[in-house]
Amino acid sequence: MAIKAKAENLNFFYGGHQALFDNNLEVEANRITAVIGPSGCGKSTHLRIYNRIFELYRDQRAEGRLMIDGVNVLDSGVDVLELRRKVGMIFQKPTPFPMSVFDNVAYPLKLHYKLKGGELNDRVEAALRGASLWEEVRDKLKSGGLALSGGQQQRLCIARAIAAEPEILLMDEPTSAIDPVATLKIEELMLELKSRFTIVIVTHNMQQAARISDFTAFFYKGRIIESGPTGTIFTAPSNPKTEEYITGRFG
Amino acid sequence: MKHSFGDCLFKWGCLFCAAMALLLLFGFFAQLTAGSAEAWRRFGFGFLVSSAWDPVAGKFGALPAVTGTLLTTAIALIAALPLAFAAAMYLTDAPRPIALVLGHAVDLLAAIPSVIYGMWGLFVLVPLMQDHVQPFLVERLGLCGLPFVNRDFNGFGIFTAGIILAVMILPYICAVMRDVFVMTPPVLRESAFGVGCTRWEVARDIVLGYGMRGVMGGVFIGLGRALGETMAVLFVIGNVMKMPDGIFSGSTTIAATLANNFPEADGLQKSALFALGLILLCMSFGIQSLSQYCLRADAVRRGSR
Ligand SMILES: Nc1ncnc2c1ncn2[C@@H]1O[C@H](COP(=O)(O)OP(=O)(O)OP(=O)(O)O)[C@@H](O)[C@H]1O
Ligand SMILES: [Mg+2]
Repeated sequence: MAIKAKAENLNFFYGGHQALFDNNLEVEANRITAVIGPSGCGKSTHLRIYNRIFELYRDQRAEGRLMIDGVNVLDSGVDVLELRRKVGMIFQKPTPFPMSVFDNVAYPLKLHYKLKGGELNDRVEAALRGASLWEEVRDKLKSGGLALSGGQQQRLCIARAIAAEPEILLMDEPTSAIDPVATLKIEELMLELKSRFTIVIVTHNMQQAARISDFTAFFYKGRIIESGPTGTIFTAPSNPKTEEYITGRFG
Repeated sequence: MKHSFGDCLFKWGCLFCAAMALLLLFGFFAQLTAGSAEAWRRFGFGFLVSSAWDPVAGKFGALPAVTGTLLTTAIALIAALPLAFAAAMYLTDAPRPIALVLGHAVDLLAAIPSVIYGMWGLFVLVPLMQDHVQPFLVERLGLCGLPFVNRDFNGFGIFTAGIILAVMILPYICAVMRDVFVMTPPVLRESAFGVGCTRWEVARDIVLGYGMRGVMGGVFIGLGRALGETMAVLFVIGNVMKMPDGIFSGSTTIAATLANNFPEADGLQKSALFALGLILLCMSFGIQSLSQYCLRADAVRRGSR
């Protein structure tokens, strides 16, 4: 299997507070990797290194190496805008931009590919179809993104992310603010999307991790305690802490 | 029942004070309407479009003053908006100590009395305009082909007044914009950066889009200030009661006309001045209502999210 991304001895600091310790993780291409662990263990922090979004804040700092396609993306020479096109991110709360449904999806296309006219329309439609949203919004393309339901908004954000043709999709608890039916839709969507993208998803829902992921990494207090194929982690974890967490005895 | 009597007194006292605002408002409208009745009767709505101002012949019109007011305000807004936007953007994102110091400096701009702005305008801005800025704009940039641009370099006039007003309203607009921008949810900014936006793109498309109504509120507050500003304008506008040839002409504004002419006015002229006052009050009132509406709409939307 091809390795898409590889964290090597990642340490992360919020000012003087160290949040990640020597994270090592291999993320396989075209697979879903689930990141699990109790609240505050550093799951979001780990994800936020992949697209260097933490750099928006002056006091946050990452050490170590994060290889994507063999390149350390933490190197100062890396083009951050291109990195962020390549690595899309979905947040817990849907974040539609303050513009119409169409423009939400068209926005990254205009940004990165300078598209317009018919080609733009086609790509927007393709992205909305890719996010299983087209049928629901084809008559509302001109209305504001906020006019959609929560689940629709989240799929709009997924459409926006995949419109830019990323290679990796980071999802930080993408379904925790959404009802069960919409959650199922998004899970199905992820299974479809993994043929085109490499997906890393943070989730607090053990069933969800077991249902959709191929690999699982268990975080605890800023360290990756255990990672491997989801089947193994859930049925025969090698670390007692992992077993405790998965069986719901703490967390 | 001494206790409840005191309570009662307090309550009615407070009500009275609050009602004062409303009473004053009505009072102003009533007085201006009554004072201007004669002018309206004589000139009707022709008053609004007439550019005569001839106390001897008893002919008066509001057009020059209204035009001057609108033009100075427009120039002020055009000049102040980009600056306020850029400053507010920077202040929301700057390292803390810098943001604090610069933020206070901007706020202090609002505390400078307008007569100081007027003096500065007269002694610094007017010569600067006359010797450098106006010749540069007209001759070097060749702006004299445009409408409203005349070659009339005496430093006084609509353009200079507009620039002073721009400096005066800048802190108001900037402060409101800063407050609006700070309220942008961090996760929205992050997701914009996350699709590969530059800082400028995030500012223009996301932060501004998200806070649009609040920003409009700030713009209208600035507009309201610029409309009614008297002292600073009086120093540099030239105080000419006729239709301006262009933005470099001497002109007047409603507020400046009132301040200049009331002391020796009587009869019909006084009534015409009252009419101008009524026009100004209506304009400010409308602008203020718009700004309140925008800011409230903005607050409501944030609350409901
Ligand atoms: N902006 C911040 N400044 C300082 N410390 C932070 C910041 N964000 C997170 N932390 C700390 O870093 C650690 C890891 O936080 P992180 O958000 O990555 O946890 P998480 O695993 O995503 O938790 P959750 O499941 O609740 O989302 C926590 O101890 C948290 O207190
Ligand atoms: Mg988290």
